Amino acid sequence: MSLDKLNQLYRAVILEHAANPHHHYAVPNATNKKTLHNTTCGDTINLSLHLDADNKITDIGFTGQGCTISQASASMLTDVMMDKTTEEALAIAKIFSDEAIGEKHSRDELKKLGDAQVLTQIMEFPARIKCATLAWWALKEALLKNAKGDK
Amino acid sequence: MPNWELVRQDFSELRQTMNGERLAYLDNAATSLKPKSVIERLLSFYQQENANVHRGTYQLSFKATEEYEDARKVIQHFINAAAAREIIFTRGTTEGINLIASTYGEQNIEPGDEIVISLAEHHSNLIPWQQLALRKKATLKYINLTSTGEIDLADAKQKITAKTKIVAVTHVGNVLGNVSPIRKLAELAHQNGAIIVVDGAQAVCHLPVDVQELAADFYAFSGHKMLGPTGIGVLYGKQKLLEQMPPYQFGGEMIEDVQLDNSKWDQIPHKFEAGTPNIAGAIGLATAVKYLEQVGMAQVKARDAELMAYLLPKLMAIPGVKIYGSQNPQQHVGVVSFNLGTLHPHDVATALDMEGVAVRAGHHCAEPLVHSLGTNSTVRASLAFYNYQADCDQLINAIKETKEFFKGELR
Ligand SMILES: Cc1ncc(COP(=O)(O)O)c(C=O)c1O
Repeated sequence: MSLDKLNQLYRAVILEHAANPHHHYAVPNATNKKTLHNTTCGDTINLSLHLDADNKITDIGFTGQGCTISQASASMLTDVMMDKTTEEALAIAKIFSDEAIGEKHSRDELKKLGDAQVLTQIMEFPARIKCATLAWWALKEALLKNAKGDK
Repeated sequence: MPNWELVRQDFSELRQTMNGERLAYLDNAATSLKPKSVIERLLSFYQQENANVHRGTYQLSFKATEEYEDARKVIQHFINAAAAREIIFTRGTTEGINLIASTYGEQNIEPGDEIVISLAEHHSNLIPWQQLALRKKATLKYINLTSTGEIDLADAKQKITAKTKIVAVTHVGNVLGNVSPIRKLAELAHQNGAIIVVDGAQAVCHLPVDVQELAADFYAFSGHKMLGPTGIGVLYGKQKLLEQMPPYQFGGEMIEDVQLDNSKWDQIPHKFEAGTPNIAGAIGLATAVKYLEQVGMAQVKARDAELMAYLLPKLMAIPGVKIYGSQNPQQHVGVVSFNLGTLHPHDVATALDMEGVAVRAGHHCAEPLVHSLGTNSTVRASLAFYNYQADCDQLINAIKETKEFFKGELR
């Protein structure tokens, strides 16, 4: 049965994150925020985080609605990014987005993605790459584009 | 009755497998498949007849011009326009509607005027009017839909007033498959001195269309949704209106006389066809129309209705499936939108894809409508006459398996 192939995409860990997303809240007193939409389906991710004086992420959360993949991806992202510096966070986000465009990284590098490692399988489902990468783009923009005033 | 088994064989794309399964192509509202005759016509044009139109003095160019202009006549008869010059070739529905907004609209809309559309519109029959209204300080009004997704005529009577200059509505909705009462809306518009623009993108492939019977002032549609190539479409307009309108774009093929400081425009339809047109596209579209006429639009309509009457009750019988719009298959022309419990449409569509079923998930370029249905997106299955009951069964079974797969997620 072809639905077996679905198991490759919807690993148990993905279904778990989607059903019980981590850090599913708007960060109070957020220093950086970004909202992104997936225009093809109308999904929304609102990412908010708090950077301390040393540019370290002391809190990160997300709200919004979307499919299993986008919700799980956002949940996994928040787990990984907690306590990272801006520099570290951007380096990890780059690993993820590289994988999404087919640029492979070493096993050690992939480990830095935490649970989100499983999402690098998304290459086999081109129609879903956007869903997986939405939160990661939001993070990049929140950190890079002086997005402090954005909501 | 056509032999549907033979008809199906004209569409080679259906012969492939998808993810190891038989392909059930149920995304016809996005774009239709192309029959062999259309593909072969494009091939033979480019192999043997390729030349530019309206400019060569040699045989090939003359022949290409003749074919291109014959295509216009084929379209004219297909929608029963009064004259071939009322047929303008465009890139598609979107361009046709933009053409009207930026010519007729620019010329006729003044501050305080009203443009009335419906809540069921595709973005391409919404944004051009919204932006025109913003530019001209005019008011954009929306006709509401009934609880079953049909145009609310009582509301239309309220919304269309003496201030209304343009009424723009879809003939068949691309999310719910509802049919609009175009003739009645046209009467309302005309009584108030307004014109009516009809978005026919989802209608021409399912229903016999007679623009004079509908009393439409403009009627826009896309070739690719009616067995034709992409990049070609048609804007029908009443001759009297087209003649009064300024050109849309400027350049070659649309002028009569060019001086250093001014120019004169060619007659319609050429006034609206600046530059080298999509010659092969127009010829391919005419071939598609001939194919549809050979099958017969009445047969196409009956076949679509038969398939929907088969599919809809089966879909509604699956616990957890929510259908949008009417429960009556006759109010779903080719299209049905649904959701499966709380499962996101993208997840459903991916699962269906694994079962060889091609459907669309999302807001279908009709965000205001989809939001009014109380959701952000839906799964949409859309039929064509070359579909089979087997395609419907495959969809139904795939939905049941999807439910089983995601049972932990479903609420
Ligand atoms: C009702 C309706 N109007 C307009 C369009 C736009 O057609 P096109 O993209 O071919 O210009 C579509 C196609 O998606 C449609 O379904």
